[in-house]
Amino acid sequence: MLVEAGHFALALALGLSLIQFVVPLWGARANDPVLMSVAPTTALAVLACVGFAFLTLTYAYISSDFSVLNVVENSHSAKPLIYKISGVWGNHEGSMLLWVLILCLFGGVVALAKNTVPMRLQANTLAVQAAITVAFLLFILMTSNPFRRLVPAAAEGQDLNPLLQDPGLAIHPPLLYVGYVGFSISFAFACAALIDGRIDAVWARIVRPWTLAAWCFLTLGIAMGSYWAYYELGWGGWWFWDPVENASLMPWLAGTALVHSTVVMEKRDALKVWTILLAILTFSLSLLGTFLVRSGVLTSVHSFAVDPERGTFILGILVIFIGGSLALFAWRAPLLQQGGLFAPISREGALVVNNLFLASACATVFIGTLYPLALEVLTGDKISVGAPFFNATFLPLIVPLLLLLPLGQTLAWKRGNLLGTVQRLYAVFGASILVVLAVLAFTYGGPVLAPFGIGLGVYLVLGSFNEIVTRSWTRGKPLSVAWIKARGLPRSTWGTVFAHAGVGLVVLGISATAWDVESLGTMKPGDRIGAGPYQLRLERIVPRQEANYREDAALFRVDRNGRELGTVESMKRLYVTRGMPTTEAGILTFGLSQVYVSLGEMQPNGSVGVRLYYKPLVLLIWLGAVVMAFGGALSLTDRRLRIAAPARNRAAPPIAPVPAE
Amino acid sequence: MQRVLLLIAALVLGGSALAVQPDEVMKNPVLEHRAREISAGLRCMVCQNQSIDDSDAQLARDLRILVRERLAAGDTDQQVRDFLVQRYGEFVLLKPAFRAHTLLLWLAPFLVLILGALGAVIHLRRRPKANAALDEEERQALEALLKRD
Repeated sequence: MLVEAGHFALALALGLSLIQFVVPLWGARANDPVLMSVAPTTALAVLACVGFAFLTLTYAYISSDFSVLNVVENSHSAKPLIYKISGVWGNHEGSMLLWVLILCLFGGVVALAKNTVPMRLQANTLAVQAAITVAFLLFILMTSNPFRRLVPAAAEGQDLNPLLQDPGLAIHPPLLYVGYVGFSISFAFACAALIDGRIDAVWARIVRPWTLAAWCFLTLGIAMGSYWAYYELGWGGWWFWDPVENASLMPWLAGTALVHSTVVMEKRDALKVWTILLAILTFSLSLLGTFLVRSGVLTSVHSFAVDPERGTFILGILVIFIGGSLALFAWRAPLLQQGGLFAPISREGALVVNNLFLASACATVFIGTLYPLALEVLTGDKISVGAPFFNATFLPLIVPLLLLLPLGQTLAWKRGNLLGTVQRLYAVFGASILVVLAVLAFTYGGPVLAPFGIGLGVYLVLGSFNEIVTRSWTRGKPLSVAWIKARGLPRSTWGTVFAHAGVGLVVLGISATAWDVESLGTMKPGDRIGAGPYQLRLERIVPRQEANYREDAALFRVDRNGRELGTVESMKRLYVTRGMPTTEAGILTFGLSQVYVSLGEMQPNGSVGVRLYYKPLVLLIWLGAVVMAFGGALSLTDRRLRIAAPARNRAAPPIAPVPAE
Repeated sequence: MQRVLLLIAALVLGGSALAVQPDEVMKNPVLEHRAREISAGLRCMVCQNQSIDDSDAQLARDLRILVRERLAAGDTDQQVRDFLVQRYGEFVLLKPAFRAHTLLLWLAPFLVLILGALGAVIHLRRRPKANAALDEEERQALEALLKRD
């Protein structure tokens, strides 16, 4: 009964979204505040309905209601509670419901931000948001209904794909979706600005926190997914240029560009048209990502939905929203006034370069992902575009951007001085070159390019913090003064510094993979295997029986130079219901480095195939991403972005006059 | 349909062997290193976006052994790749060859960058200069404002 109520709530949400779409749009057109005020009310009601629907499905999962088809297909009564809950979004139907729930959640938050968003903008934005909600609710109700009953009910479920029974995958999709779908708000605001034909710095100030928040979540989501692939897929890779990964990387690249261009727009009132276009493109890429993943048009490591009928529906949504918003852009963008002049060598100029490179990198991923499809459709030729292609094209576009990054961060707004900027970075250049030389000397005979990568990483980290140093430290003044000054710098400055330093950490982690050591062996208990400075001894292999799987666990003792450091366990599992084997890598962390061991086939004679890696500094790859997201979050807490903060500002009245709304 | 069958076959037969197995490793470390490099650029055709170096499938194992056999027989890296392309088609290469039908693929990233840069330069140049003098109308408006006090 509860399940039917959930289904009904979803249908109700569809009706309410239609109202939320039509009435406020009309109200904004007729300048009728009553009609416009329908938007926030309905947005909250839609959120309540979709939230209720989601809860009923979750309840069906928790209570193992095997009269619901979706639960039968993706759950099992013996599964631990956390995977019963994560199973809700571990499948096509449920994950679409989560998608819409997050969409409505964002709509709800915009609805509550009454005092900060001008009424017309809010009404138009929520109307656009509702249009997206309508499309995806229709999609769920017509092609992917998670509430369908199974008659007669099944006695037991078919279990969740064992690869997905993992704490990482419990949180990866929600993080990723908050990022993906969060860009819908930037999109809706952009469309609202186009509908109204009005856009100014206030718009940028309102939109920026949303974009930044979505970007932070997407960053974390991608990092989480990457770490999950690293420890779960069992071959120690962390990025595969898989279409599904690319689907999330494209909005991330475009979103990163957007975060930067909104800064220009907010501070200098320039790049308006481009920012609007970018906001549209970013969410379009999110939609494209949803299409690629959900339609099964590209089969890849983590596609779990293969259904052409659904594919066509999402393609329709894609065409309507991308085509519609771009048409709106072509029609209304010429109305937008250009403002804010700047010299080519300036912070604005640097951010244009940033956008140029990020957009090109995004285009590279886009073309690399879709070219094989297009070629096959057009000519029938089948080609593969894999990691070697992306490494050969993506890196040459990203490395120059990273080299320019500290320069851009140091340049002044409006009109910069390149020589002065370079001078301020002398110490950073010097230190980075020293690092390269030192690494080259210490690892002579090893990888050639990797030391330069290390140097680049160090350059990025130092270059980021250089801004703090140059802005707070003066020669001859005590350090305590510098500390007080540094603490007084705006949070957004610190945020920039951390986010950029995070990029440097990622570069360090990636470069260090050149020094990975790999060993293969067939081992019996008592045998030893070594990688880098570490030796592992296989102690014993123990068979175990758990509720929903059985496994062979191999216990290794880890030594370094004859001193025991601990033990690590690596497992080979068989999930009984699906008859599907998985490898659970054994990972031991030393500082930022890891020893990674995964098991292969068990031989009849009691020996086992073992693959051992020593991965120096590998954790920096994900830690760097976390630092980036932390930087973004720090920026979000800046007084300037805290809504309505200027009113509470205890300092002198604002220096720049705030444009009237 | 054939691909689906192959996929199912791979899932059933592939089992869970490790990617490169100890018995495949060549004695000559230089050749083994080359074999690994080549393998990382070859697609396991029955897998989903995996190189034969990463894949557990039986076909990937066969191909890895084949690559090593060719290397042991004295082939160059390019000859090994050509041999596999001849046998399995261009689909086997994860890094598509630079040819007429992949021209756009290879050049597009740099075309986008160059065209984007050109567009930005032209656009920024076309904008009015920062210190443009006031025109007559603006000057009058300014005077009117100043006189009001």
